[in-house]
Parts: sequence; C-alpha cells; structure tokens
Amino acid sequence: MPPKYNIHTSPVPNRFQSITKSGVIAWEEGCLKCARCVKKECVYKVYEKRSLDTRQMLDTLDSECQDCFRCVQNCPNRLIQKGLNPTYKVLGDHYWTPEIISSLWFQAETGRIPVSGGGYGGPFSGPGFDAMWTDMSEIVRPTRDGIHGREYISTNVDLGRKLMFLELGPDGSIVSPAPPLVEIPLPVIFDILPWSPPREKINLSLLECAQSLGTFTVVRQSDLTPDLEKYLPHIIVHVDGKPENLPPELIKRLRMIEIPDSENVMAVQAMLKEENPQLVVIIRMPLNSNASERALQLTGQGAEVLHLYADEYGLEEVDQPLFIKERVKEIHLRLVEEGVRDQITLIASGGIAMAEHMAKLIICGADALTIDIPLLVAMECRVCRRCKEGIACPVEIDQVDPAWGSARIRNLMAGWHNQLLEIMGAMGMREVRRLRGEMGRAMFFEDLEKEIFATMGKRG
Amino acid sequence: MPSEPQKFDFPDIKEVPSRFRNALGRYRIAINKSCNNCGLCIELCPYGVYKKGAKWPKAACDHFCTGFTCSINEFYCVNRCPEKAITVTVNPAFEILGDRRWTADLLASTWHMAETGEIPHQGLNYKTGDSGGGFDKLRFIFPKENRGNEEGFEDVSTAIELNRSDDSRPKITIPVPFYLGGMSFGSVSIITMLSRVRAAVALGTFCCTGEGGYPEELMDYDDHIITQVATGLFGVREETIKRVRIVEFKYAQGAKPGLGGHLLGDKVTPRVAQMREAVEGSALFSPFPFHSVYSVEDHKKHVDWIKETNSKALVSVKVSTPTDVDMVTVGSYYAGAHIVQLDGSYGGTGAAPDIAKKNIAMPIEYALPKVHKFLLAEGIRDKITIIASGGIRTAYDMAKAIAMGADGVCLGTADLVALECIRCHHCESGRGCARGIATTDEELTGLMELEWGTRRIINMYMAWRHQLIAILKKLGMKSVTELVGRFDVLAHLDYIKQEEIEGELERF
Repeated sequence: MPPKYNIHTSPVPNRFQSITKSGVIAWEEGCLKCARCVKKECVYKVYEKRSLDTRQMLDTLDSECQDCFRCVQNCPNRLIQKGLNPTYKVLGDHYWTPEIISSLWFQAETGRIPVSGGGYGGPFSGPGFDAMWTDMSEIVRPTRDGIHGREYISTNVDLGRKLMFLELGPDGSIVSPAPPLVEIPLPVIFDILPWSPPREKINLSLLECAQSLGTFTVVRQSDLTPDLEKYLPHIIVHVDGKPENLPPELIKRLRMIEIPDSENVMAVQAMLKEENPQLVVIIRMPLNSNASERALQLTGQGAEVLHLYADEYGLEEVDQPLFIKERVKEIHLRLVEEGVRDQITLIASGGIAMAEHMAKLIICGADALTIDIPLLVAMECRVCRRCKEGIACPVEIDQVDPAWGSARIRNLMAGWHNQLLEIMGAMGMREVRRLRGEMGRAMFFEDLEKEIFATMGKRG
Repeated sequence: MPSEPQKFDFPDIKEVPSRFRNALGRYRIAINKSCNNCGLCIELCPYGVYKKGAKWPKAACDHFCTGFTCSINEFYCVNRCPEKAITVTVNPAFEILGDRRWTADLLASTWHMAETGEIPHQGLNYKTGDSGGGFDKLRFIFPKENRGNEEGFEDVSTAIELNRSDDSRPKITIPVPFYLGGMSFGSVSIITMLSRVRAAVALGTFCCTGEGGYPEELMDYDDHIITQVATGLFGVREETIKRVRIVEFKYAQGAKPGLGGHLLGDKVTPRVAQMREAVEGSALFSPFPFHSVYSVEDHKKHVDWIKETNSKALVSVKVSTPTDVDMVTVGSYYAGAHIVQLDGSYGGTGAAPDIAKKNIAMPIEYALPKVHKFLLAEGIRDKITIIASGGIRTAYDMAKAIAMGADGVCLGTADLVALECIRCHHCESGRGCARGIATTDEELTGLMELEWGTRRIINMYMAWRHQLIAILKKLGMKSVTELVGRFDVLAHLDYIKQEEIEGELERF
C-alpha cells in the first residue's frame, strides 16, 4: 500500500485581527463596582485577556468572546450589551458570504475543519450548491479513513486522456500508444486569480504551497519569470500569448500546459505535443449552452483535458446563465451517453468556495477542479475587491511572506481534504475517482420538492 | 390504537423564571431618574413587567413586554407615566441571537413557554423559523367550520402506542406523542440529564441515555429510560439492557450522518471515564458504523441479541436519512424492530463537523413522507412505530412531522433551549457550555438546579401539548393518531396558494 496522503498543518496566526460577527458594548457609567463583577466570572476570561492591538487600534475583546451572554444577562445595571458588527455584515457579497469567508479564515489559521455543537443553523436549502445533499450509508460499507481507519480513502485523480482498451500486436506486445497521465493527490488545482493586488508574492505563496501538496498552480505565460523556474514541475502554463513564442526548452520541461479554446485548438495541441509528447494539454473553455456539444467534439478529436470555467459566482458569462453544477451535470451525462466520458478528464472552476462545493461538483461529473478566491481568503482577503479598482489592499496581501502565505493555504487545503474524507467516509467510498458522476448518491432539491411537497394539500 | 387514552394525570404548571438576572426579550425598558415612584406602571401592566424596587420600580421582567404594539392600549406605560420616565427600545442583542433555524423569536418563545407554561403573548413567532423551506414553509389547512372551537380540550387524545407489532412483548402507551432523545452523560451534565429524565417521568414518556453509560442516579427512573447501544458500546452492560423497557440501537445520527460520536478530551472527567471504561482526559471516538453489522442479516442478529437479553424490552432503531431511507426502515422492520427513529440531517446537539450537519443526508421533512408511503405500499405501516427527529423545534413542527407520516417525535435541542441554551454552538470547546448545560465541569454544572431544570422542561412540553390539541381540534380530530400521514391537511407555501384551498392557512 502506498503511504497515506497527509497534509501537515500547524496554526498560522492572522496578521490582522479578524472581523467578528458581533461586538461587546460595555458602559462604565453607572457601574456599581460589585465585589463579584460579571466580567471576572467570564468562563473564557475575555476581559482578563483583553488588550489593545496597537497597530489596528482594535480591542481583542470581540475575537475572544464566544457569545455566551452570561455577562449581558447578569450585570445588575445592564451595562453590557452585544450587538451585530456592521463591518461583518458587509463582508463579501451575496455569494461569498461573511459566513463562508470567516469559515475559510478559521481553516487557514488553524488547519482544522470547522466543528460546532447544537445542530445546523442555516437555511433549509438555497441556490446552486445548496440545493443538493450527499448520501450516507447506514451499515454496509468498509472501514472509513481517520482515526479508526484500517483502509484509507484515496483522493488521487489522474489528469489526461485515458485509453478504453489496449491494442496488442501479433506477438502480444502493446501497440496502442499510452497517452501521458499526471496524477495529483487531491482533486484541486490553484487557478489564475480573477483579481488581486500585485501578485508577485501571491504567486510565490501559491507555488510554494502547490509544490508542498503535490498539485499545480496555473501561471500565465506572461507572468513566468526566471525565479519561478524551480517550481516548473508544479506549474501549468496558461498560454495567454502566442503559442509559437513559447521557448521549446520550456515546453520540454513542463508536465502540463493550458491553452484557450479556439478554432484551431487541436492544431495547437498537436504542435505542443510534437515538442513534448509527455505533455498533458488542457483546453480551457467557457461553460455555456454550447459547451456539451463542444466537449463532445473535442473529445472526438483527441483532446486530453477540458477545463470548463464559469465566473466567480459559478455562473456562465451569458445572458441567461446556468449554474456550474447544472451545466457540468449536462456535459458529463452527454459524454456518458455517447460512451466517451472515460476518455477525457474534466476540470471545472468558478464559484467553488467551500469544501462541500468540491465534493458536490465531483458528484455532478467533474474529475477535478480549480480554485481561486479561497486562496486569497486564506491569506486574509476580505473579498472587498478594492484591488480591482486599483485601491490598496486593506490587509496588504501583496506584501505577504510566501512562507506564511503557503502555510495558510496548506492549512485550508488540509481542512478541505479532511472534509472531503468526511463526505466520502459517510457514503462508504474509498476513491474520489469513484465519486465522480455518482449522482445516485446525492439528493437534489428539485427532485425532492417535486416528490414530497408539490402534491401536499391536494385532496383525494 | 391506545385503549384507555387520557387517564394520565398531567403535572401542573409552576412558574420558573430565568436563572439569570436579566432574561432576554425583544424589548428593553429603561426608567430614568425623573421617576417619582408612584407605582402606576406596576399597577397598569397586565403582563407583570414591573416589580417594586428599593427606590423606584424595576422593569424586572421586560421580556414579557409587548413593545410598541402596546401603544394602542389605554394601559400603555410609556404614555401613562406621569413623569414620562419610561422608554421602550428594541433589544440590540435580539439581532444577533439565534440563527435561521432557531430564530431569536423561537428562542425567546421557548424560554417563555419554559418559564410560564403558556404560549407567548408578546407577538413572537413561536411556530416557525426563518430557514426558508421545509417546516418553515409548511402550513396547516384548517377547515373554516372548526375555527375558534376552544372547548373540550380533555376529549382530545395525544397518546400513542409504541409497540404496534403483534408480538408478545408489552404494549407501551405514552400520553404524549414524543419522547426525549439521547444525550450522553459526558456531553451534558448530570443535572441536565436528570432534569430531562424527571420531566419525562412527569409527562409519562421516556428519555434516552445516549451513548455514555447509565449513571446510577437514573436507577430510580428505570421505567422511563431508553438505553442506547451505539457503535462505541460505551457503558453498555447486560445489566443496563435488562433494566429498561426500551433499548435503542443507534446506527447513525442526523447531526453527523455516517460519522461516529466524538467527546473531546477535556470533557472526559474521572466520572465520565469510569462510566465509559475509558481513560480520563483522552478524547473518545465512537466508530462508524457498527463493525459487527455489514448487512441486514447482521442487523437482525443485533436485534435478536437485545431481545434475548431482555425478553420484555421493545427495540428501537435509530437511523439517519440517506437516499434509501425507505429501504432501511423496511429492513429494520423485518429484522424485528418495534420503533424506527428517523433522525433528519438538520438536528442534533453534539459537536459535529459543519460540513456534515449541512450537507450529508436529507432533511427529515423529505424522509418522513418517503418512508410513510413506502411502508403503506409494503402493507406494514400499522405494524411499526415511526419516530421523527432532527430539527423539530416547536409544537407546530411536531404536528407537521406527524401529518407527514410520523407516529411521534423525539426531541433534544428544544429541551436544552428550555434550560436557557442560547445556541452559541460552543458546546464542545474547553470546559464546555458556559451556561452549565452541556458540560461536566463541576463549577459550571453548579449553575443549574435540578428542580428548576425539571420544571422548565415540563412547562415547555405542557405548552406544546396544549398547542397540539388546539391544532387537532381545528382539524376536527379526536386523537393525534388520526393526524398520521395526512398530507392533505398540509400546504407548502411555494406550491399552493390560499385561493386553491378550501380552508384557512395560518400566516406563520
């Protein structure tokens, strides 16, 4: 058995104090100076530990408080109150919600998965990824990963074109050429960021982390500088200029390259593979209503990997966009129907904000996926998008120490990896490769609503 | 059908105020220094907001205040105060209390019911939360002719039978269609555990031990205890199985379907460790699944083992809600279970990964109708008792779950809220619950008294029972058993409009 894939974590403190949901408001005026002040009785000792973060002029009180309300409820003159933090409320947007952002911060800081008591407190369902649930298995399944695991769960995936069968020569030797495959230990690749402050140090953080995890970072051809050379085995070069301009020695040293879809994309692929037959070529194409047709076509023409992308909200960049999971489902099923699904690798991206999105998108038919904004959030990004306007980053992400940045991202990925194991463990699955397209092991909002609620109230 | 319903003598309501100095309500009242202590406010307020103080009146119970809506009344204190010394404001804490499932309104309503045994009068929504789906979008369709019929509450039966099989084991009728779910000793304090058990005794129903052994303090209440056999087998002994009338197998739980229980090291005190035959201070994991059960035949062996050990006990099987929950239920029936408890994915009290709570397995609102219809088609629906749990917060949720196919429900979180849980979700951290509910820390456990806890839970459930009867009466039913599986009395606001209905939909 190969060694178990394990992502090493260690706590990596925030550089800036994080934004909490609520704040303590305590008045001094009217204080009765009780001998046993409620502040001294705080279980979490937040008042004792209290200090002022001089750099940001922020009180540490709010980040320590656990919302037990005992001081609020016991102060005889009711001088302590808790209120909603207005800064928290406006974090991110409707999709990148304050809850998602603070959960990502927690994971990047601690390397742990979010655990809490008291049941679930969120909405019943929602649009997009929130309109599906994953399956579990009551009894019949093998031992799960984790503390008790005798057999472990593999999260490895292969990127590249796969053979459906081998052709043998008259002497029994294999004559079909084996296309190159790249194996990554978790189904996540770091993508080009949709926006960021100047990205030199950010790129270094991403690359350092991709290397330590054994995965890849997509880097624009135009961003390739000589100092990135040592990371080449973990770089997917995104060809944003003329492919002819790529130095042949570079192409020879790469394991994967990404080219945008175009009319002559297969010719470009052929040219690159001519230069380096071991190169895996990814074709980046937008999700839209033509995507399944195009995917089928490209598969027929010998494409190896398709990278299907949506925008940062998981939506197609067209007038009446479909959400990524719906379109990926459609493409997957179309390729299955035509009997070619297993020949090609599908990577999907856009709007993947939480570990659960990763598992759900794989269930809907993606082999692997790429992420972008969560990488920034791991480095304390507040999704304010001011960098898009050229305004300075409030948390100075352009200044991060790459060692710090990569450790934060590694923590986040460890959290995601463990959460993927939780989901697969509950389903009784031991291979993320087998999770792909397993829609029968998921429950979809639309189906359940139709089956259960739509008929209620009707007589007879 | 239970033979002699309504013979049960239900406990009286006794008011039990908050353990804390300032109860939390939607409004806050301040009396400024111009107060001349005339005492008019104390006299006027019918809700008992004001109490006599040393120098001037105190708004000691402003959680009973009905706020600005009161201004239409001639007794509105703000207007009547001769010195204009009273101001009413919205409590800023109300904005951050609770969440989409347990809204601030639901928390405050539950606290109100636990304190007074009455339905809240403050205009709080005590029926639904704000989750935007499931129970929160379902409404009863009440035929117009039954509206306003407030008499004859005694004639309506809320009793259910737990043994509906034809075997020779005893029938067990409980006078209310619910029992209390498993929370282990270790995850909650002994006071919390005993409060729940004693409330179950007073209400003639049961309380489950959870997976943490059978503390000797419970022995006086054996006849009202369900002992749990879960995957870790913590504290399970032949002797404890022999002692009870119902034994529950926990295959999975809704909060973390497909994952085992987890008690953090901090909570494993010497007492907890001894009970569980484990080492003090080291974290305890229950494996998942039962490593002795990999097929339905193995499951039958399990059930037979319990039946052999205790020849009188009923066997309950607690499962979560996967895609094939209907098949699982049928399998349990054929293996000989009397009760199947379906634990939906949104409930639970213990520590669980957030990803599991939200995403794994389906909400109970989907699972119940699926199972009910499947059992009907199999012709065995009347041979088994279906208990729903996982996200049942109110009397209305309970009634809806029954209308969707459950015989009764199982509760946990509501009990904790009655004990003034504020749902901060930090049960698992450090010394445990800061409010002394889910903790084994001695000092924190001391924050609550047994009699107080018992009474709070009884009060809340008496208010629930009252609401259930009111619902049944409005539906023209004489027994809660008539409500089982009546999809026709429910409407989902997304799919049916008032115009399409003969009858009335409630706003909340």
